[in-house]
Amino acid sequence: MEAPGDDGKAPARGPELIAQASSDAALVARCRAGDDDAWRELVERFSRYVYAIAVQGFRLGQQDAEDVFQDVFARVYERLGSLRDDEAVRPWIAQLTRRVCIDRLRSGARESDADIEELHELPAEDVLTALEDAFDVHDALAELPENCRQILDRFFARDESYRTIGDTLGLPAGTIASRISRCLDKLRDAFEGEGRNVPPAPSGGQVT
Amino acid sequence: MSNYDHEQLSRLIGMLPPAPQAWVQAAQELPAARRGLDGLVARVEADAAFRAEVLADLESALQAEGVEPQPRVVEELRRLLADD
Repeated sequence: MEAPGDDGKAPARGPELIAQASSDAALVARCRAGDDDAWRELVERFSRYVYAIAVQGFRLGQQDAEDVFQDVFARVYERLGSLRDDEAVRPWIAQLTRRVCIDRLRSGARESDADIEELHELPAEDVLTALEDAFDVHDALAELPENCRQILDRFFARDESYRTIGDTLGLPAGTIASRISRCLDKLRDAFEGEGRNVPPAPSGGQVT
Repeated sequence: MSNYDHEQLSRLIGMLPPAPQAWVQAAQELPAARRGLDGLVARVEADAAFRAEVLADLESALQAEGVEPQPRVVEELRRLLADD
């Protein structure tokens, strides 16, 4: 049996990546029309982003992060009709997530008598900016052939070993490193082809 | 010349790991859960006997509507019935 390469002929449908099958505006329009499949797609598209803002941006523990995650999507579902610019769903969800995280931190601080002023130390704006760049990279990743998407996502985002990746995708483990390198080249070309050619600059700003 | 190197790209890929699948699934099922809750509340408002039945066992009432009785959903139903 021929081993699949990184040419888009992957044999297995693996874990969902950030999907960009529809434009954000089209996706929002379908959700607003009551299309449950579109809602599932929207949750899939933004789930990593919301999760990362809560856990990496605001350093919430798993229980708080889960509450924030569900609360954010409940609010998105309820308020999608009030979104003025459907293309702006991503910054809208980001802002909503930040607010819910801050509410959660304030609520926790009140319960523990912690100094609420300390909350202004969180989160570091450079982390949130980097998450924006990460979302863009995942969008570019979604444009790559299936095997590249799978290999890069499994290795870097899911922290799977060469052996696990090889077993799952039917590839010799000894070829995974070179495939990763080739796929990163493709990703860089795709990413920079979208006009992104300046690496993110660190910023020390704070969210107020 | 490229400005993004492999290290930067791999770091950015790694910044967005998947959210726990159960969380994603619960959020994806939100429309169906809301419809189930709305249906239950409408029937509760119209039928006192049914209201008593639902209040006695919220989880079973949700299951009968085809809604997974996750704690969050049960709590929402409890809140809706209290507001009712």
